[in-house]
Amino acid sequence: MQFPLLSFIVFTPMLAGLLILLIPGERKTEIRVAALAAGAFALALSLWAYFAYDVAAGGYQFVERYNWLPALGISYYVGIDGMNAPLVLLTGVVMFTGVLISWGIDDRPREFFAFLFILATGVFGVFVALDLFMLFFFYEIAVFPMYLLISIWGWKVTREYAAMKLTLYLFIGSVIALVGALAMYFTSGLGTFDMLALEQAGFSTAFQRVVFPFVFFGFAVLGGIFPFHNWSPDGHVAAPTAVSMFHAGVLMKLGAFAALRVGIMLLPEGARFHMPWIILLTLVNVVYGAFIASVQTDFKYVIGFSSVSHMGLVAMGFATLSREGMLGAGIQMFSHGVMTALFFAVVGMVYDQAHTREIPQLGGFRKFMPVVAVAFIVGGLVSMGMPGFSGFVAEFPIFMGLWNAKPSWLWANYTWVAIIAAISIVITASYIIRIIGKVFFGQPPAEFDGHIHDVNVLDKVALVFLSTIMIAIGVFPRLIVPLVQSGVDNVLRLLGGA
Amino acid sequence: MTTETLIWLIPLPPVLAFFLIVLFTNRNRALSHSLAVGAAFLSWLGSMVVFFRALSTEHLGEHPFVSSIPWLATGDTYFRIGVQIDPLSAATLFFVAWTVLMIFIYSVGYHNYGQPKGDHDRPGLPPHGATVRDAHGHEHHVPSIEPMYSRFFAFIGLFAFGMYTLVVSDNLLTLFVGWEIMGLCSYLLIGFWYGKPSARAAMIKAFITTRIGDVFMLLGIAYLYSLTGTLNYREIFYNEEVLRHLAEMPSYIAGFSAAALIGVLLFIGAIGKSAQFPLHVWLPDAMEGPTPVSAMIHAATMVSAGVYMVIRVFPLLAAGYEETHHLTQPMLFMAFIGAFTALFAATIALAQNDIKRVLAYSTISQLGYMIAALGIGGYVAAAFHLITHAFFKALLFLGSGSVIHGMEHGVLHTGNHHVDPQNMFNMGGLRKKMPITYWTFLIGGLALSGFPFVTAGFWSKDEILADAWAHAPLVFVVLALAALLTAFYTMRQISLTFGGEPRTKEAEHAVESKWTMTLPLVILAVFAVAAGWVGIPEWMTGGAIPNWFHEFVGGTLLNHPEALPFNVVPLLTSLVVALGGLGLGLFVYRDIRAGASDPMESFLGAGLYRLLKNKYYFDEAYDRLFVQPAYWLAGTFTSLWMDRKVIDGVLHWFAYISGVIGEFLRNAIDKPIVNGFGDWVGESAKKLGVFFRPIQTGRVQQYMILALFSIAVFTALFYYLLLTAR
Repeated sequence: MQFPLLSFIVFTPMLAGLLILLIPGERKTEIRVAALAAGAFALALSLWAYFAYDVAAGGYQFVERYNWLPALGISYYVGIDGMNAPLVLLTGVVMFTGVLISWGIDDRPREFFAFLFILATGVFGVFVALDLFMLFFFYEIAVFPMYLLISIWGWKVTREYAAMKLTLYLFIGSVIALVGALAMYFTSGLGTFDMLALEQAGFSTAFQRVVFPFVFFGFAVLGGIFPFHNWSPDGHVAAPTAVSMFHAGVLMKLGAFAALRVGIMLLPEGARFHMPWIILLTLVNVVYGAFIASVQTDFKYVIGFSSVSHMGLVAMGFATLSREGMLGAGIQMFSHGVMTALFFAVVGMVYDQAHTREIPQLGGFRKFMPVVAVAFIVGGLVSMGMPGFSGFVAEFPIFMGLWNAKPSWLWANYTWVAIIAAISIVITASYIIRIIGKVFFGQPPAEFDGHIHDVNVLDKVALVFLSTIMIAIGVFPRLIVPLVQSGVDNVLRLLGGA
Repeated sequence: MTTETLIWLIPLPPVLAFFLIVLFTNRNRALSHSLAVGAAFLSWLGSMVVFFRALSTEHLGEHPFVSSIPWLATGDTYFRIGVQIDPLSAATLFFVAWTVLMIFIYSVGYHNYGQPKGDHDRPGLPPHGATVRDAHGHEHHVPSIEPMYSRFFAFIGLFAFGMYTLVVSDNLLTLFVGWEIMGLCSYLLIGFWYGKPSARAAMIKAFITTRIGDVFMLLGIAYLYSLTGTLNYREIFYNEEVLRHLAEMPSYIAGFSAAALIGVLLFIGAIGKSAQFPLHVWLPDAMEGPTPVSAMIHAATMVSAGVYMVIRVFPLLAAGYEETHHLTQPMLFMAFIGAFTALFAATIALAQNDIKRVLAYSTISQLGYMIAALGIGGYVAAAFHLITHAFFKALLFLGSGSVIHGMEHGVLHTGNHHVDPQNMFNMGGLRKKMPITYWTFLIGGLALSGFPFVTAGFWSKDEILADAWAHAPLVFVVLALAALLTAFYTMRQISLTFGGEPRTKEAEHAVESKWTMTLPLVILAVFAVAAGWVGIPEWMTGGAIPNWFHEFVGGTLLNHPEALPFNVVPLLTSLVVALGGLGLGLFVYRDIRAGASDPMESFLGAGLYRLLKNKYYFDEAYDRLFVQPAYWLAGTFTSLWMDRKVIDGVLHWFAYISGVIGEFLRNAIDKPIVNGFGDWVGESAKKLGVFFRPIQTGRVQQYMILALFSIAVFTALFYYLLLTAR
């Protein structure tokens, strides 16, 4: 039997979290070291999975399958392909850097890391699940700790409200998706939750068209699709830094990925029918998010709404149902995850020193924390889609996908969608450089003198690590493109060639 | 070294210098500028070698130097990136290498290398001057060194890398990479003195405005790639089959072929980058940056990049033109935008008093010439003007920087910091104080005006006018008028700056700049004259000297363009407008006294003058039409109303309704009925307890009796039931 790599990836965080709970709460250094070790271990394992995946062979690899509840057709069934392998790596990256920048958490670090790691297990589980029931199971594991993390360690002003809003949105979404999933389970007549089997179930067109919106929107809520996006900026802002990183960096991908895995891949006919109008929602996401981001004065809200905008691009790429569009969407999930993790890390670092996030009251951080400034500029260039950075590698194929896509009805083509979405990139550039200009290059207020200190070395390591990933992908797209391409080919096969 | 390897290496030195300066040498000024200038020199050397090898290669157009590597697998094929030098890029490389090197050398002097540190200079603000004490104990105010000296050289290194990348690229993707690097560097350099609010505003404006063009260009590239599966120049623009296919294929927008739509999208990119109407507004504000940056942006690199790109993709823009001889839609669009911009910007330049702003508007106007030339099919003429313009405009900008420097000297001397050293009405008589600057600036100005037969500008502008006369008389009229204005405002500038007597004390104390600044001026002045000689039409020399430039660059195209036959009308027009404009300018502005108002004001009338002076109020109009509505849309409509009121409102309404229902359930059902029932149960139990209390006496004997009694009763009952059941 081969080494159960994926199980190790999935359960390492949870085991680490439970072990951390055994350490006495006042021994904070030990707790942090243990957390860092676990984070590094998970990162190493996910790197291994990412690079050991054989692109030429394709398909699902590192597959493990154990019966769980055979009577109901539920099994523990995991595997990775080109679509989820980058997301597993992303989770490892965010987990590792999240621990690094959370070193300073002083309020019950034991529970904090334990909850964070249980959340990570849920996220890993969703990404690798090949069994629909498992997917839901891990999904709930991922969502619940979020509530505690925000409501206990969050920003005091809005944490109760935000935590409640987020949890309700996500649970309602998952319940709606579950309705669709159960419909599939019972209609297929196969008596299994095995998604690879359900792909072949041959659901009728009418069934697919009816069920698809349930599944798609149920999950897309977590992906932040308009008009169900409002939990996310509030949630991002209220959450402590590492949780925001997880939240925007990974959790939103969970929604987009599940919408793809369960919605598009199991119900391709439904996707083909509904996408021409759903793409309008994603367009709204892209433009609307960018618009709102451009007028926020709270640094963290700007980033929060920029996530709404960028996740719109992911959904838009998927909605084209074209090869390039989905390729771009797949890369964008990874790229945006890294980028937004970096952004939230930076916001956290600025806030920790300045004790305010109001952009008009900030300034001069280029001088106070030069590494942070450079890292933010790198992230900004990614979000503007500058060539040479990962954002371009993601956005260019999405736009090609928009030109190439052949909508099944409603539109002849997506030309106008492409043009309007492109304009949003200008808006993105405007708010990013406004922040760079004000927060980093602006005149620092007098009261900052002598009170602002540079970040510690762990923070710098985290930022440099995240920046390096984005530049590496921008300069050497072959690090990710062939992999995601193989995953997209698998989706296209289900969509009927195309 | 093979030429191909050399081409790969050309862009690298400046970017290496950038990293070395940023990472290691930023504390050492001498090392930083040596690295940057050395890198620029290496790139220059490589470019010259490549250029001369290109010259000696037969049929370079059909068989350019190419080299590429696989970069990205897309499906079964590889996306290759590579380098290519064909006649067009060789010629471009030539002027880029020269101007970039000159600007780098000039920057050493411009940023006051060797001067003491300023008294109260701070990073992010221009140097304010230093006080030094000489041997006799006298205090002198002298210029101080730029506080962020090293950083400047790092940034322009990166800038040069972007331009070189763009020029040697063999495909639109790497061209776009270089394009965006320059966009970023222009942002960083325009806002180099970020301590000035005006510089911060200008940097943002430049970046956003060019970015608007960029995203359309990106859309065009994406469209092109999705149709052809390649972005390589040779596979698209020099492939008749692909071009015909694209020209015949209808696009998604009715009435446009795919080629036309892509062409228009790409051209919008150039509108942004080359500051054409209506995206011209960023360029004059870009003067906020240090003057070498202005020269870099306005002459050597960025704005030239826009025109270069359009020349590059010209075969696509003109797809179908050869067959039908009707201007294609992108060409018509370009002819209109270009001609309009040429005239429109020239009128604004008439009423500007800032020496750099006049040049800024003249740049916009001259770029309009090139775009218009392309719009009417004047491929070679556009390329020719691009090159000559790069030389004389670099010269003029550097010259204006030298003038400003001299004036700043005067300001430091008098200590009156309210005198604007860039306002031409504060100058006058500088020809005696700054002779080298004067003569070189004069040469540059004459080239810009198209002074007949000697200057480069005459030959290139004449070629454009000749093309326009032959193909589009209306464009010809507009461009000729613009040329007249150009000559006029150029002479106005020269006369105000150098002519007459000094109008201020500061101008009296201006001094000539150092050799690091004047040497580049002299070298560029040579090119401002000589660069035109390579493209003298054959009718001029009776065919004795072939029109080398036409042959060389024309060879880039698939179908070699015909040289135009001699025509007297454009030649005479060129002569008349250039000499007439210059003469008129000299006549009006030859001797303006201190405190005199601009004769232009009384000539145009106050209203028109104010309109021009305020650049037709474009900034204000854009603010009203786009910026404020966008903020309203974003801030009031989307953020406050839609997001917070409607979407959250629905959510909160649901929460409220749930609350109301909950209250109702609690008060109307829960409390009276459910609770009532619960209470009733509880109360009943209590009553029951009270009822039974008398028998709970606590005496064991009584319990025993009760138990026995009960057992007896139950046994009797049991047996009774058992018996009756039988």
